[in-house]
Amino acid sequence: MLELQNVETFYGNIQALKSISLEIAQGEIVTLIGANGAGKSTTLMSISGIVPPRSGVILFEGQPIQGMPPNAIVSMGISQVPEGRRIFPYLTVLENLDMGAFLRDDKPEIKTDLDYIFELFPILAERRHQAGGTLSGGEQQMLAISRALMARPRLLLLDEPSLGLAPLVVKRIFEIVKKINSENNTTVFLVEQNANLALKTAHRGYVMENGRIIMADAADKLMVNEDVRKAYLGI
Amino acid sequence: MITLQEIKKSFLVSLWFMFLTFPIMVIKVNTIEQTIEWRWWWMAAVGLGAFVLSFFWRIAIARKEAGKKKAEVSGEEKIALIPRLMSNPRFYIPGLVATVALVVIFPFVFSMYQTNILITALIYVVVGLGLNIVVGLAGLLDLGYVAFYAVGAYSYALLNYHFGVTFWMALPIGALLAFLFGIMLGFPVLRLRGDYLAIVTLGFGEIIRLVLENWNAFSFGPSGIANIPKPGLFGLKLSLQQSSIFIYFVMIGLALMTIFVVRRLQDSRIGRAWIALREDEVACQAMGIDKTRTKLSAFAMGATWAGMGGVVFAAKTTFINPTSFTIWESVIILCVVVLGGMGSILGVIIGALVLILLPEYLRAFSEYRMLVFGALLVMMMVFRPGGIVSGVRRIYKFEGLQNKVDS
Repeated sequence: MLELQNVETFYGNIQALKSISLEIAQGEIVTLIGANGAGKSTTLMSISGIVPPRSGVILFEGQPIQGMPPNAIVSMGISQVPEGRRIFPYLTVLENLDMGAFLRDDKPEIKTDLDYIFELFPILAERRHQAGGTLSGGEQQMLAISRALMARPRLLLLDEPSLGLAPLVVKRIFEIVKKINSENNTTVFLVEQNANLALKTAHRGYVMENGRIIMADAADKLMVNEDVRKAYLGI
Repeated sequence: MITLQEIKKSFLVSLWFMFLTFPIMVIKVNTIEQTIEWRWWWMAAVGLGAFVLSFFWRIAIARKEAGKKKAEVSGEEKIALIPRLMSNPRFYIPGLVATVALVVIFPFVFSMYQTNILITALIYVVVGLGLNIVVGLAGLLDLGYVAFYAVGAYSYALLNYHFGVTFWMALPIGALLAFLFGIMLGFPVLRLRGDYLAIVTLGFGEIIRLVLENWNAFSFGPSGIANIPKPGLFGLKLSLQQSSIFIYFVMIGLALMTIFVVRRLQDSRIGRAWIALREDEVACQAMGIDKTRTKLSAFAMGATWAGMGGVVFAAKTTFINPTSFTIWESVIILCVVVLGGMGSILGVIIGALVLILLPEYLRAFSEYRMLVFGALLVMMMVFRPGGIVSGVRRIYKFEGLQNKVDS
């Protein structure tokens, strides 16, 4: 479904991604783990076009999307949950969700999707007229995921959904991610620092270090890999 | 609440002021007789004045802090007086009726002078609401807004001079030209943010003014354009007073239209996209909001209202030259928006009325007018930092869904 071939991305003169290649098949949950500054978030930003890559090819369902503006990429069916949630603090929960459906015109179906999201996260329905900034961290993360889902993505890019949340909330969010993946057949590309949980959730995983992908395997195999265990699982 | 601490602090302030003003207030050199006069009682006056002012300032601040703390303790959200009155139909409906009645009879009851300054204030209402889109909603600090105002005014003046275009034709043309200028300026500028955007727009405003001042063949330079006709009413001959009254009602109509359109825009998806863009650009891009186009639309929309305001301005004064479009004008319009309350329509209206009418009525203070005006601005920003009416956003609801979730 998504394929990156030798993607290189720079911030000014600093190279953040060094010839990244990876592949995600339809219906998979794939995770990308690695330390701080390895280039995980940059990989997502390159896919969504917010930080366009300098060279390399990104294919989405066979079509090259590198160099396309972010709004065109979203309209093709790729939706990103940015790192640190980044909800709109002064808009209400409903307005936040409506911003997620910015490119859509099909009102009745937007309503159906809203109902679906309120079923996934009943707390959001309760707080729908509350300003986004007044939600707790976990609720904000739920809102950020829901907002991305409102675009009806076929590929959901999740950037560190566990950031700064209590373990119980994190668990709940990962369960929902699994649910979204199995119920709607939404492909999920998950960037995480919490390698343990990410590998438990995902089917396959990539390990990143200093802008390069150094390992790729099935998630359960990475779980038992000595190097991964030492470096990222702290065992 | 009078504590020794506060008296002591105020005393220190007065000492400091006496020291600061010593050279100019106390020493007076008579260069002809070559004597020095020591005016010690001036120093006493400064000291006493500073003491009293500082003391009252301290008490006011202390009361404000106490009020804030009380609100925090009781936990209830304090809604400003005006929106609260607005939401109560018992005050709202008679208030509305009284306002409408006052607006209708105003020019027939009060003098032409009063009508004229109210027209000016109304122009600022329209222009302020336009800038409110750019600054209040989209969060783009535009210091060269007056340029679009100038585009509107000059497009009427020049089109009328060369082609005899009437006011009613010029109004949409001026708006359109300002819109186009907004896009033209917006393209190169909108990749900048915050301070940089402010500086570049400031520069653009000055460029427009300098072009108008120096391109004699095009704009008649500093001598300006005179004899711009006032708006006509089906070819009727209007006396000076009648035409003032007519412009007044034209302006009322334009202001109402502006309020309606801005309100609709605010509640639309593009309006919310502006607010979202102000809050978080990266998140907006992740949602598929086209950053450039959304910013550009806010910029151009704002410019459109400035253009219309400019056309009316030219028609009202019947004479324009570049001195009407200095940076000072941009600052005043920005003050209208910030002081009134960013993002609040009612706030901008009240801000415009206060800011334009106040200097007029402060004429009694003659040369101290601007000093008093400045002091009032400082006081307002200290005691009401969110503006006179801080923006209370309307809650947006999807119909139909409501029942489903509630049940």
